[in-house]
Amino acid sequence: MTATLTRAVPPTRTPKEQFKRGRRSRASFYPSWFYIPASALYVVLFAVPTFASFYFALTRWTLFDVTFIGFQNFVQFFQDPQLTQGFIHTFEYGFVTSAAKVVIGLALALLLTSPILGRGYLRAVVFFPVLVSTIGIGITFKALLDPFHGIVNGALGLVGLPQPGWLTDPNLALWSVAAVDIWKGVGIATLIFIAGIVAIPQEYVEAAKVDGAGSWKVFTSVTLPLSRPAMGTVIILSLIGGLRSFDLIWAMTGGGPGFTSDVIASVIYKQYQSGFYGLSTAGNVVLFVVVTAIMVPLSAFLNRKGKDL
Amino acid sequence: MNRTAQRWVIGTVAIVVSFVVFLVPFVFIILQAAKDPAEAADLSFSLPTKWVIWQNLVDVLQSNDGQVVRSFINSGILTVASVAVMVVIAAMVGYVLQRKPGRLNPLINFFVLAGLIVPPAVVPTIWVLQGIGLFKTLPGMILIEATFGLSFCILLFRAFVATIPRELDEAAVLDGSGPIRLFFTVVLPLLRPVVITVILVQSVAVFNDFAGPLYFLPGADNSTVQLTLYNFQSQTLSQYNLLFMDVLLITIPPLILYIFFNRQIVAGMTSGAIKG
Repeated sequence: MTATLTRAVPPTRTPKEQFKRGRRSRASFYPSWFYIPASALYVVLFAVPTFASFYFALTRWTLFDVTFIGFQNFVQFFQDPQLTQGFIHTFEYGFVTSAAKVVIGLALALLLTSPILGRGYLRAVVFFPVLVSTIGIGITFKALLDPFHGIVNGALGLVGLPQPGWLTDPNLALWSVAAVDIWKGVGIATLIFIAGIVAIPQEYVEAAKVDGAGSWKVFTSVTLPLSRPAMGTVIILSLIGGLRSFDLIWAMTGGGPGFTSDVIASVIYKQYQSGFYGLSTAGNVVLFVVVTAIMVPLSAFLNRKGKDL
Repeated sequence: MNRTAQRWVIGTVAIVVSFVVFLVPFVFIILQAAKDPAEAADLSFSLPTKWVIWQNLVDVLQSNDGQVVRSFINSGILTVASVAVMVVIAAMVGYVLQRKPGRLNPLINFFVLAGLIVPPAVVPTIWVLQGIGLFKTLPGMILIEATFGLSFCILLFRAFVATIPRELDEAAVLDGSGPIRLFFTVVLPLLRPVVITVILVQSVAVFNDFAGPLYFLPGADNSTVQLTLYNFQSQTLSQYNLLFMDVLLITIPPLILYIFFNRQIVAGMTSGAIKG
């Protein structure tokens, strides 16, 4: 009761005035200390390790003992053909999976925004693998792609096609994993494209049709340019994921046979496992540089293009 | 008439293809999980001659002194706690970042994006965790997951706060609420749709995370569900039936989430992904 009474009497300066009065008092309703919990975690568990990695990458390190050895780790990283391979694979894997997700995702999104039978079911089923554990998927496909018992080669055999060792052939292993990665991740791309396409005002499509455009023309001159923001999002998300990919490769091939399906992330794990913490951290720094060097200009480019529209 | 026929033909083809491409792997998991060890070791796509799905379930739960049960508890605690931390502190940042103009905002935005793009430095993180005594502990893992998910959540929250009119803040202030009450009793409830999205997306991400616990939470007592798969695969080469039963068990929680919240996941993720 007292609270209501005091509030009923207008203070010398009403809260409304206080709120409007100036930057300083308005700001106090959006307290800066709201940043503190998040930034504490960010600094301690993300920023500090990231900066420390630049130092530890230059050392021989056992977690207890640190010996500064300059750029030896990097020299080793780029002189060892097996490690260099991992470096190249990372690009190949990242670009192939990302490009495929863009193309297939867009095609699926076009299909699933047109009025076809069973659309709801199809949308659900395409998205479902996104939710399932990557390791579980890896184990399952390892069995499905088994050269002798696997259903994939079984089906190929039935129609008389060659039956390659998907995960045992050094030339194929990385691409087999990439194919499964696309299978698992295409649902996200499709979903984002669907959202982009649905957001396009229907009038544009109708206007184009009135002007005599066929469905291909509508696609190239209306749908494609107007789903550019969605395209940018898909490219960025899938490329970040692809370049950092580890779980699926580890579950399906462990980087093998030999080192033919190793990427930087699996090299990092192998070096960590063998106790080469400095070398592992150097791998981390390489991954860091690669991802940043690609993503920063790319996202700046995609965002600028987006704003032009 | 021609159009309707087209709809049906394309739709039917798509359904058949989707069945082969997307459902066969899941049917395979279920079939393997129902076989006895000898049959499962074949890895062939066939019906089990004898369905032993219940026996396999019991076996998998009892294996390694109930490691699977323990890891489900660990994963449950890890998921709930880290997502709770993430939601509250990311919402606080997203809210203030969107509402309050400041010279530091571009810098903060830069750090948020950096958190999304930059891969975490693994071994130095272990070093820090050891330094603060949280390596190999569940609380340490919770904070790690919360940290790694922060950027994504902040971006979603920031985009959504922009859709809430400022007048509501002013009205709440007029009614005499302070900044903390304003946020927790007025703003946070209005963020509900995006909170639900964040909870769903991040629960799935944390529950399915493999690399995190592999590096930061080693040890049988601490193992999470994803690590049980990995351990099963290396230990029991002849027990594919139990391995696939484990895969099946681990698929159930995200599946349930998906069935119940399908619409929200999709809606929230698309709005956030496009705007952010």
